[in-house]
Amino acid sequence: MGAASMMERPAANAPIEEWDAYLHLRDNPDGVTRELWYHEYGCGAWLVVTRNTLTHEVIKCELAEKVAAKAAKKTAGAAS
Amino acid sequence: MDFSGRFSGLRILKEGLTGNKGWGPHWKDATPKEAYDVVIIGGGGHGLSTAYYLAKNHGIRNVAVLEKGYLGGGNVGRNTTIVRANYMMPGNTEFYSHSLKLWEGLEQDLNYNAMLSQRGQISLFHSDGQRDGAIRQGNAMINQGDDAELLSVGDLKKLVPFLDYKQARYPIYGAILQRRAGTARHDAVAWGFARGASERGVDLIQNCEVTGIDIEGGRVTGVQTTRGAIKAGKVAIIVAGRSSKVAAMAGMRLPIESHVLQAFVSEGLKPCIDHVISFGMGHFYISQSDKGGLVFGGDLDFYASYAARGNLPTVEHVMEAGMTLMPAIGKARVLRSWGGIMDMSPDGSPIIDKTHIDGLFIDCGWCYGGFKAVPGSGHVMAHLMATGEHHAAATKFRLDRFRTGQNLMDEEGTGSQHNLH
Ligand SMILES: Cc1cc2nc3c(=O)[nH]c(=O)nc-3n(C[C@H](O)[C@H](O)[C@H](O)COP(=O)(O)OP(=O)(O)OC[C@H]3O[C@@H](n4cnc5c(N)ncnc54)[C@H](O)[C@@H]3O)c2cc1C
Ligand SMILES: [Zn+2]
Repeated sequence: MGAASMMERPAANAPIEEWDAYLHLRDNPDGVTRELWYHEYGCGAWLVVTRNTLTHEVIKCELAEKVAAKAAKKTAGAAS
Repeated sequence: MDFSGRFSGLRILKEGLTGNKGWGPHWKDATPKEAYDVVIIGGGGHGLSTAYYLAKNHGIRNVAVLEKGYLGGGNVGRNTTIVRANYMMPGNTEFYSHSLKLWEGLEQDLNYNAMLSQRGQISLFHSDGQRDGAIRQGNAMINQGDDAELLSVGDLKKLVPFLDYKQARYPIYGAILQRRAGTARHDAVAWGFARGASERGVDLIQNCEVTGIDIEGGRVTGVQTTRGAIKAGKVAIIVAGRSSKVAAMAGMRLPIESHVLQAFVSEGLKPCIDHVISFGMGHFYISQSDKGGLVFGGDLDFYASYAARGNLPTVEHVMEAGMTLMPAIGKARVLRSWGGIMDMSPDGSPIIDKTHIDGLFIDCGWCYGGFKAVPGSGHVMAHLMATGEHHAAATKFRLDRFRTGQNLMDEEGTGSQHNLH
């Protein structure tokens, strides 16, 4: 699908710059990158894949829901 | 060394009779000076054509083109050489029309044989709905002043009898033909522009990678390179698949993702495919080079890549699509395949604009369609850099259109996702 930053959706009333960055702007690194993948011809899971764009090596693969849950816990922790 | 010798029938005859000993290099391999009025980062088709038109049309000759590898080693020498003007969206349609007209006078202008072959491009459709879409597109092309013809299956069978018309998945219902579309020899395009620029005083500097962009008080002042610092009044970033990397040197984050696109060529065959044939539904297109090789390709590998080589699932997909369309090509053996790194934009259309930094310009986002744009892009980019105003044929390629939402040019209506264009 593209960069894993797509999981960090801005609030509906966030400034337009934030939405622009979320939808369009990309770090686009040559090297290690984190992406969101969808296992279309398999179990239908959403995955966060850590990958090298120079060598095509797959470094890490996590369930997106687990990554999201972890992130939610972190922000909750930071807020309290 | 003789850089300025012009090509002519007479000269070819003379050289032929005297052992071809009189030919020199076509352009000068320059070493960097301390400062230039304009520094162009990237010696691909677009960088070279920008330099050429800056010198020729605007008299700006104190220009350097900095190339990290060798001239023409990037996408300009890796593409499948299709040239056409069949875009539909305002913004794109006038630009590609402009570019195709420049192609038509290019060889005379450059005094260089780019082997432009206007053999016609056939774009197939496979349903009544797609026919309506094709008619709409054809009308947009005609409104723009370019040519488009609607072909019935009967017309098509006369031109390309070897297609499998009755395939179950994508039966062929007809096509749009643009006769002025075709192919060109991509290396010759790069060399021709290089020679024209070099003749007019532009320094073409190879093995010179830009590693930093110097900015003082919101104004660009020069670049850092592997061959030392170079001062510049104006700087243009024209580096295709590496746009994000170079723009980051100026603190910019671009709406670009880099993806690999593959292409293939078969062993040389006798002439059998006279046109460019596009099989959009199969993500497949093919033409035959003047050497006889079938040149064909398909879609992106779909995940971000800087590797300049592709993976096998896409290879398999392209071969399957080719076999579906024209089973006869199964007899031909594939000779080579390769990949190039595409600068994919969120709407599939390019960016030719100033940046928020004074004197810094950018030309990128060509996706897999920038070869046909080589003359047009250089022409309008030179105009922008010389005059500070957008050329009339390229007013909509704004960097900020994604933020404002104005004038997005998503030809296929696939939405804001970099790998879907
Ligand atoms: C397989 C394939 C098929 C294609 N088919 C077609 C087609 O049929 N029709 C069509 O219209 N288009 C096609 N394209 C697209 C087209 O080739 C590109 O859009 C176009 O060539 C890009 O512009 P360019 O020529 O300037 O790029 P390039 O030739 O890639 O030029 C960019 C240059 O910048 C240099 N550079 C990068 N970073 C730096 C740095 N830091 N310092 C100095 N130099 C640097 C690179 O080395 C490179 O030489 C195809 C592309 C591919 C890969
Ligand atoms: Zn799965």
